[in-house]
Amino acid sequence: MEESAGAIVLLSAKVALTAIAVGLVPAFAIAWLLARRDFPGKGLVQAVVTMPLVLPPVVTGYLLLLLFGSRGPLGRFFESVFGLSFAFRWTGAALAAGVMAFPLLVRPIRLSLEAIDRGLEEAGHTLGASRPVVFLTVTLPLALPGLLAGGVLGFAKALGEFGATITFVSNIPGETQTLSLAIYTLLQTPTGDAAALHLIIVSAILAVAAVLFSEWIARRMQRSSRQ
Amino acid sequence: MSGLDVDISGRIGAFAISAAFQAESGITALFGRSGAGKSTILKMIAGTARPTKGRIVAAGRVLFDSARGIDLRPPERRIGFVFQDARLFPHMSVRRNLTYARWAGRRKATRPFDEVVALLGLENHLDRSPATLSGGERQRVAIGRALLSDPALLLMDEPLSSLDRERRGEILPYLEAIRSETRIPVLYVSHETAEVARLADTVVLIDAGQVSDVGPAARIFGLLDLDMQAGEAGALLEGEVSAFDAEYEMANVRMDGGCIELTGRDFRVGDRVRLHVRASDVALARSIHDGLSIRNQIPCIVDEIGRHDGAHVMVALNIGDQRILACLTRKSVSELGIAKGDRMVALLKSVSIETPRRSAGQVDATSGRKASQGEEG
Repeated sequence: MEESAGAIVLLSAKVALTAIAVGLVPAFAIAWLLARRDFPGKGLVQAVVTMPLVLPPVVTGYLLLLLFGSRGPLGRFFESVFGLSFAFRWTGAALAAGVMAFPLLVRPIRLSLEAIDRGLEEAGHTLGASRPVVFLTVTLPLALPGLLAGGVLGFAKALGEFGATITFVSNIPGETQTLSLAIYTLLQTPTGDAAALHLIIVSAILAVAAVLFSEWIARRMQRSSRQ
Repeated sequence: MSGLDVDISGRIGAFAISAAFQAESGITALFGRSGAGKSTILKMIAGTARPTKGRIVAAGRVLFDSARGIDLRPPERRIGFVFQDARLFPHMSVRRNLTYARWAGRRKATRPFDEVVALLGLENHLDRSPATLSGGERQRVAIGRALLSDPALLLMDEPLSSLDRERRGEILPYLEAIRSETRIPVLYVSHETAEVARLADTVVLIDAGQVSDVGPAARIFGLLDLDMQAGEAGALLEGEVSAFDAEYEMANVRMDGGCIELTGRDFRVGDRVRLHVRASDVALARSIHDGLSIRNQIPCIVDEIGRHDGAHVMVALNIGDQRILACLTRKSVSELGIAKGDRMVALLKSVSIETPRRSAGQVDATSGRKASQGEEG
């Protein structure tokens, strides 16, 4: 246990932020599909998206290992095409965190998209705005609260992810040992209680700060829209 | 050609639409019962619904032509659409809403922003959020937003139907201002007789997805109400103020076939006025009577007698080339032996004024007020 608390927090933040930053775009796309389109297999997509929420995290981690491990089909694909490997790397921890947080990203975005009056988009079109412009000026701003709520919820989940991460990329200090894993490790050592408490307080502060931040942004957006 | 030329047919679900009509500058009303297909026709013109075949031309631009495979998308049609529910963007200020077509739609700024803001009385609301506006203000912003999108044509889909009576009265003068101050043709969907009677220059009557008649408002309402609900039925007469007696506050309105006296203060000789005569306020006599308090006794010819089995019958009367309706008891009609072609005298118990029309550019925001001749017993 050589890593300092600061390094652990930084690594965790890097992993969680990467997971959310990369996950938001596909989450938005899937939320949009689920909210706006009817297509065959919609139920299946919905089920797959919800999977990480209901599967034991260890199972999700194992599935990730099968798919994205160094011998897994997707793992080999990413390695050969992008030079990106996940096995026992922090990128793998971010992938695990992103997959686990994904359902939490999709749901609020989908709800906020469903709440948008389609008539507003129609009005935008009659005013001469093309589809992409209406999307950027009407749909996206109105879906922003959902994106934000999903982002914060997902970030908190990614920060605390444990089961899938430890199964997929193991518990390597400085590489894949995020907050939860470090706390777990410390609690396993006879003298680690004090250090563990330290990290526990840090993680609680981070979680509360994330929620406060999202509340602040939401209030600011509401105020600016009222002006 | 500056107006609109529509000849389309199509099908929405099991509902067949077939409509052909033209509209020039001024307000053209698509009028008919709820569910007659008026809004669908509007959507087809705006491009949000698609006709199966036909042709739509607005201000010389072909928007849709099935024969030539032309089907412009809504952003390309240059049509200002005023929706029933305003549809202001809730996350933008009134100003951002008004200018949306310019910054998001890349529409040309052919009409000065300040002019439209002044026309609709929005000067003090520009920095407010739509959520804080009243229903009437919201609809005015929606109209302004459409006007500022450099439209070749304005479509209004029952823009007043979500407002209460008072708010409607608040908006109508603004619509009249648009009619007189812009040359943009307006296609106005409504099923409210009073609204259409006051605003429309031309009425396109829609029934079961088909155009059943097109013509000036005065003529259409004379025909129409014969088979519509009796109580509120009425007709329009158009004439010109020929004299005004300030002492008794009465004006003489001259029209083809006669002269009508009207109470009120706000008249000027030469004003064009449109009068609404309710069928239930019209009685018939064989000859002009002395000793009656009713001042308007106008010679007329019975044109048509409605068929009805109840206590009342509608009788259409020609006054010159205009037409009004009388709602009489079936017994009177039969006892007096009233028949088509008879020369009679129409006794008008009450006449209400729809709009004084002044020379262009002058719009009187108080003009919506009703004046009526008030000597009924």
